Amino acid sequence: MMTRFLWNGMSRNVRLFVLLVLAIGIALPLLNQLMPRTSAFYVPSYILQLIGKYLCYASLALAVDLVWGFCGILSLGHAAFFALGGYCMGMYLMRQIGTRGVYGNPLLPDFMVFLNYPELPWFWHGIRYFWFAGPMIIIVPSVLALALGWFAFRSRVTGVYLSIITQAMTYALQLAFFRNDMGLGGNNGLTDYKDILGFSVQADSTRGVLCFASALALALFLVISAAVVSSRFGKALTAVRDAESRMRFLGYRVEGYKLFVFVLSAAMAGIAGALYVPQVGIINPSEFAPGNSIEAVLWVAVGGRGTLVGPVVGAFIVNWAKTYLTGALPEVWLFALGALFILVTLFLPKGVVGLWEQLKPRKVRPA
Amino acid sequence: MNAPRSTSALLYLSGVTVSFDGFKALNNLSLLVEPGEMRAIIGPNGAGKTTMMDVITGKTRPDEGEVVFDGKADLTKLDEADIATLGIGRKFQKPTVFENHTVRDNLLLALAGLRSWYKLLGAAPTQVENRRLDEILSIIRLEAQQHMLGARLSHGQKQWLEIGMLLAQNPKLLLVDEPVAGMTDVETETTAHVLREVNKNHSVVVVEHDMSFVRALGVKVTVLHEGSMLAEGSLDQVSADPRVVEVYLGR
Repeated sequence: MMTRFLWNGMSRNVRLFVLLVLAIGIALPLLNQLMPRTSAFYVPSYILQLIGKYLCYASLALAVDLVWGFCGILSLGHAAFFALGGYCMGMYLMRQIGTRGVYGNPLLPDFMVFLNYPELPWFWHGIRYFWFAGPMIIIVPSVLALALGWFAFRSRVTGVYLSIITQAMTYALQLAFFRNDMGLGGNNGLTDYKDILGFSVQADSTRGVLCFASALALALFLVISAAVVSSRFGKALTAVRDAESRMRFLGYRVEGYKLFVFVLSAAMAGIAGALYVPQVGIINPSEFAPGNSIEAVLWVAVGGRGTLVGPVVGAFIVNWAKTYLTGALPEVWLFALGALFILVTLFLPKGVVGLWEQLKPRKVRPA
Repeated sequence: MNAPRSTSALLYLSGVTVSFDGFKALNNLSLLVEPGEMRAIIGPNGAGKTTMMDVITGKTRPDEGEVVFDGKADLTKLDEADIATLGIGRKFQKPTVFENHTVRDNLLLALAGLRSWYKLLGAAPTQVENRRLDEILSIIRLEAQQHMLGARLSHGQKQWLEIGMLLAQNPKLLLVDEPVAGMTDVETETTAHVLREVNKNHSVVVVEHDMSFVRALGVKVTVLHEGSMLAEGSLDQVSADPRVVEVYLGR
């Protein structure tokens, strides 16, 4: 029943794309591990790390697309859910350091020793166990999304006002996490990780597994999203996006629909953030920066809003360009980003995937 | 607060007043619609026709007055979704069909029954539902267009689809706002036919400007003016009323 629900939700294109994502997630780590360093097929570790990072961004983009593309909720604060998932993972990783920290304190992470914490703050308890940290990665962003969505959707806050609220939320969180009193490392955040589940985070094999896990998560999110949007629920969801008050007059409580996708999307973003942190080795308050959320929206716009596959493509294109340009021509990057946004809005209203659909020879379908 | 008066009328409005920044869009309006009745509401621009619809469907809360549906439900205390579930369907002035959904999916969304998000996640249309959809498609004469996207329908077809969506909701009372605005004569005639067909099983309130259409419906007419009822009766009676002539032609 459940498998059929998930399988039938996917169009042929989405199925192929999911297989492609999985193939990348399997092939790159294997080539990194099995090929000799001299081989043309050898994948260097930094590429593995880079692709792993992109895969996490792609999951975030997909999460944004689910709410923006299919429910019309333009969230400008989705990086907050990503960062919260990341902080949960960061806390878990900090507690794995043990006595290997600079101060060698078995209980307190380095920054707490430095700031003269007498004891571990209450919310740091339990997070050293993965069976506790794992669920928290999903629960913390979901609860925030549930609370924010509950008040906003019930009060019928929509459109630009909702966008501003989400933006304010991520900014407020950024300011809060900057404070040393918050007990989460303040400005510097959480870093210097050693182990994840007993394996060294620096090892190539661990990086390979993390890259695969990121691909697996993205594939899973694609399958779930496709099933949700193509179900009867999805039809109602896009109808809410297109004509919300019409749906109310038809007797639908649109808050429930919005809340469900908003929370689902936040959970996806949280998991993506949690996979991101061990790969980049740090989480700090800059991840909450409003600009990050806006960039995620841009990935979706470039790839194609409301297409599921598009945001993934968009996240890869924009981030590859960012990696390249910030290396080669650092002063150009922000201008390139701005120009990209203008060009996409003017010429590619349906993004790269939309362009692909336009160029494809149209098959004649019986009406 | 008094308990709603019990009444045999399907829809009962008494002393309803709505003001926006001091402007009284509805001023002590009273109206009775009997079960099974079709009623036409006419009136010049700004007479309060759309505001009245908003009050009945829960979009606007009245400042004063009673609005009772089916002899028991106090509509001033319910929201849109509750009122829709009670059995009041509304067709808007501007056709608002779901443009990115097929004609059939539009009707499916409107179909009475499943509304909660968690039940819709795994649901597929049942045989009973599919039969009902076929039935409605034939009443509104859009069988051939059922897999077409809403956006691709002509203006008249969109209006019929909206009426079909109302039928799918299976409400006790249909509120229809200017159904023939912008229609050709042939389309207007078909619409009058469709509405009479609908009236066989449902009560209907039609707001309309087009006098020939109101005449074709051949039902009791209520004239609104400046938020209050000015006259009521057959179209011939009200058009003979000097006050009605005054508000329509006097200025």
